[in-house]
Amino acid sequence: MASTHSTNTYDSDNTVFSPQGRLHQVEYALEAVKQGSAAVGLRSKTHAILLALKRSTGELASYQQKMYRIDDHVGIAIAGLTSDARVLSNFMRQQAMSSRMVFNRPIPVNRLVSSIADKAQVNTQEYGRRPYGVGFLVIGQDNTGPHLYEFSPSGNSYEYYAMSIGARSQSAKTYLEKHFESFMDSTLEELIQHGLHALRETLQQDKDLTINNTSIGIIGPASAHEEDVSDGSFRILEGEPIDVFLKTMIPKDAPAGGDDDVQMAE
Amino acid sequence: MDHFPTSWGRPRNEAYDAFNTYPLHQRPNHSKDVFADGVQRTQQPIVTGTSVLALTYKDGIMMAADNLASYGSLARFKSIQRLHAVGNSTVLGASGDMSDYQYIQTLLDELVIDEFTANDKHDLGPAEIHEYLSRVLYSRRSKMNPLWNSLLVGGKKNGKRFLAYVDLLGTTYSASTIATGYGAHIAIPLLRKAIEGRENTLTEAEARSILTEAMRVLFYRDARSLDKFQIATVNDEGVSISETITLETAWGFAEGIRGYGAQTQ
Repeated sequence: MASTHSTNTYDSDNTVFSPQGRLHQVEYALEAVKQGSAAVGLRSKTHAILLALKRSTGELASYQQKMYRIDDHVGIAIAGLTSDARVLSNFMRQQAMSSRMVFNRPIPVNRLVSSIADKAQVNTQEYGRRPYGVGFLVIGQDNTGPHLYEFSPSGNSYEYYAMSIGARSQSAKTYLEKHFESFMDSTLEELIQHGLHALRETLQQDKDLTINNTSIGIIGPASAHEEDVSDGSFRILEGEPIDVFLKTMIPKDAPAGGDDDVQMAE
Repeated sequence: MDHFPTSWGRPRNEAYDAFNTYPLHQRPNHSKDVFADGVQRTQQPIVTGTSVLALTYKDGIMMAADNLASYGSLARFKSIQRLHAVGNSTVLGASGDMSDYQYIQTLLDELVIDEFTANDKHDLGPAEIHEYLSRVLYSRRSKMNPLWNSLLVGGKKNGKRFLAYVDLLGTTYSASTIATGYGAHIAIPLLRKAIEGRENTLTEAEARSILTEAMRVLFYRDARSLDKFQIATVNDEGVSISETITLETAWGFAEGIRGYGAQTQ
């Protein structure tokens, strides 16, 4: 008998299908990802980048971390339950270290993503478990070049040219779908600008991207605005260093007839 | 530790009078260590392979090992193969315990199948296989249960040649020419003289004749060797392991040797 408070039946056990052939617990987990603040990922021939919107609970609170370094060649941005993200990112770090220890090889990015997808899938199938309430955008580079993957708690993982997850991520996706064909040949600076424009779409009406609420994760050769980046390994830019990138953004209310990028009729 | 109090404080066996009636004429014959009997560890190699030789040449690497597996000093198995292809860019050569080598082969074959199934263009190259083996061998020695081998791993991947050694202790090193076992004493000076400084000019035919000559010297001097051997090459075309080659040898000089053997004067 379903709980009297529940508006839904067939949702108290993640292993039982509804008569419509759906697993409600899995769908709730996907919903948890949509509650998290947005993250955007893009890829060019030379770079893969992540951009994320950090939330704080109030004026007196710090901003919640949205990006994690997994290894020199892999980084993630998260949306959803931070505690579940820590479990999965610790697992990813272990996998990455194990590959370096046993084979002296950075783990191939596709295998790392598949390994967490397999873990998440088990949780949708075994009795007494729950799905993870977090989604990832994973960027990495290996000997097949830079990559961007989306991981979701349903156990799916896909590779993308560009992707967004989290709250209001559909708006960012719309921007990315309009512009992605130019990404492959973009410079890092252009890629970041596109990423910021996409992330901006997920903001509420009266909000702006600032050096405090924005994180940028990069894999690939350094930009002219970066210092102390000897190789292309994963780094997270936050605070002052991203000011220069925020300043490259084209104001949303810029007059029409300027750059093509800003001609977004609303 | 003997846990039976009746065995304690007794004279040692050699000082013990077996014909006495008191104290007990025979002590209970307990096994020496009741806890040790359940576990058996490798304490010495049993069926062994002798030297493996390897060198780098212009197009890749070349490796040679004879076809003998000895049981002590007995030439027990005369047609076993000690060169093993791992994937399509690596070759493994094994000396030491042949059963441990067969176990290592099964490990590597599993690994290669896993890589093949992944089918994602991230195949393991010789450097990765060598690192893996060094971890396996070191972990086994740390359990006081070593895999009793000296292994050579060679290959070529993405245009880069690789040749390295790993043994039962997990010790590793890399060089342009390497030999294991008796070959490390007898063949290495010959190989170094022939190869060092010429790694990038040596042709396949030259490399083959250098190895054959070294194998011939080893057959003359190593009592655990055989005149049948194989040569493996790894180059841009991949791994190939030759059919068995039989060495040409001349024993006429033996007639003139005096001082030991069957002659009476």
